[in-house]
Amino acid sequence: MTAALALIRRDVALAFREGGAIGVALGFYLVVIAIAPFGLGPDLNLLSRVAPGLLWVALLLAALLSADRIFHNDYEDGTLDVLTMGPLPLPVVAASKSLAHWITTCVPLALLAPVLGLLLNLPIHTIPLLVLAMLAGTPAVSFIAGIGASLTLGLRRSGLLLALLVLPLYVPVLIFGVSTVSAAVTGPGSPWPPFLMLCAISLASMVLAPLAAAAALRTAFR
Amino acid sequence: MTFSLTHLANPTRFLNFAGAVIPWLAGLAAILLGAGLYLSFFVAPPDYQQGETVRIMFIHVPSAWLAMFAYVLIAISGLGTLIWRHPLADVSAKAAAPIGATFTFLALVTGSLWGKPMWGTYWVWDARLTSMLVLFLLYLGLIALWQAIEEPGRAGRAAAILALVGAVNIPIIKFSVNWWNTLHQPASVIRAGAPTIDSSLLTPLVVMALGFTVLFVVLHLIAMRAEILRRRVRALQQTQVAQAALTGA
Repeated sequence: MTAALALIRRDVALAFREGGAIGVALGFYLVVIAIAPFGLGPDLNLLSRVAPGLLWVALLLAALLSADRIFHNDYEDGTLDVLTMGPLPLPVVAASKSLAHWITTCVPLALLAPVLGLLLNLPIHTIPLLVLAMLAGTPAVSFIAGIGASLTLGLRRSGLLLALLVLPLYVPVLIFGVSTVSAAVTGPGSPWPPFLMLCAISLASMVLAPLAAAAALRTAFR
Repeated sequence: MTFSLTHLANPTRFLNFAGAVIPWLAGLAAILLGAGLYLSFFVAPPDYQQGETVRIMFIHVPSAWLAMFAYVLIAISGLGTLIWRHPLADVSAKAAAPIGATFTFLALVTGSLWGKPMWGTYWVWDARLTSMLVLFLLYLGLIALWQAIEEPGRAGRAAAILALVGAVNIPIIKFSVNWWNTLHQPASVIRAGAPTIDSSLLTPLVVMALGFTVLFVVLHLIAMRAEILRRRVRALQQTQVAQAALTGA
């Protein structure tokens, strides 16, 4: 447990001190949301209707930008070799690194979302729910990205391949994430049933995805 | 079952078996598909609501069924690769992926050609259609992963893991029509109670489904044989290069 915490703390510190990594994801998120009204037209009613979906899709893309680095740097410099041979079980290593990705990428993105929601004319009373839904749903995003990152470890053009492999798996997160927020914006129905499904998906992927990621890491090292 | 699978684990034995079986199965597929097409186009009556477009179903339904069957086969082969290290499981999965992707594509295209006259649109974001599209994307991801990893052993294991993760989608496709009750009609052939299709339309559908399945098995065996031979050529080339390097140096 201490070792896992140390690993998380190390990854978070590296991500913050490396500089640029978090800022790039946030900037990408901002740019995608900022160009959307140019494509859709500045109609505020339309924007507030599509805002939940746009915010979620852009968040997934922004989170994927840094996903291939979950294991990559440690793979390059040999740290991952040491970790695979160390006493910490490999699924715990995968889980810690995915959790670090969540803390350093998904949480900042979710916290930026309210500002972008205002740009898209999202009703102000739904914004707490938006942040809550994103915080509840994004663990699934990071942990599933962990599977993709471990499968594409050390490959050429791994970032593009990662997106192709992982984005189809995000469909359930997207469906329930968007319907939580949409239920609050346009009704009808309560936002809580899809929100609970979102939590369930996150919890399930936090348990199951590290097992798959660890298996994929072993294939990279054989 | 276990005996025959372990028996066939030897690639040479498998090649002999495949070589012996393929002509017979190909003949059977030709007969079944010939009979099925004749029944679908000349014998089956037009549906009282759908008219002649009902004939698209005789292609669409078997394609969709094989699209899922191929994915289940890949996932089971994935288990074979990861758990039992069966040497042909990985070959079987790799051979099935492009065939499965093709049938998924066929199901999507025929479905949308049928959808235009019947539903008034080529595409709706209905649960069944969307989950089939996701299945198609999963196939593309699997094929891309195989292409991206050069070492066949690692490619096989990585694809097996991805296939097992993606297998979550199969029950979603199967039950999407019951859970979300949308535009695509619910199961009408295999269901509790009798099928809801009239026998004049059911017979050609069953014959076509059998024909498509045998066709799939034939294509799969041919693709597996090609993959085994491709790996042998690769191994031979590698030994040749190694020998050349030894004698040349």
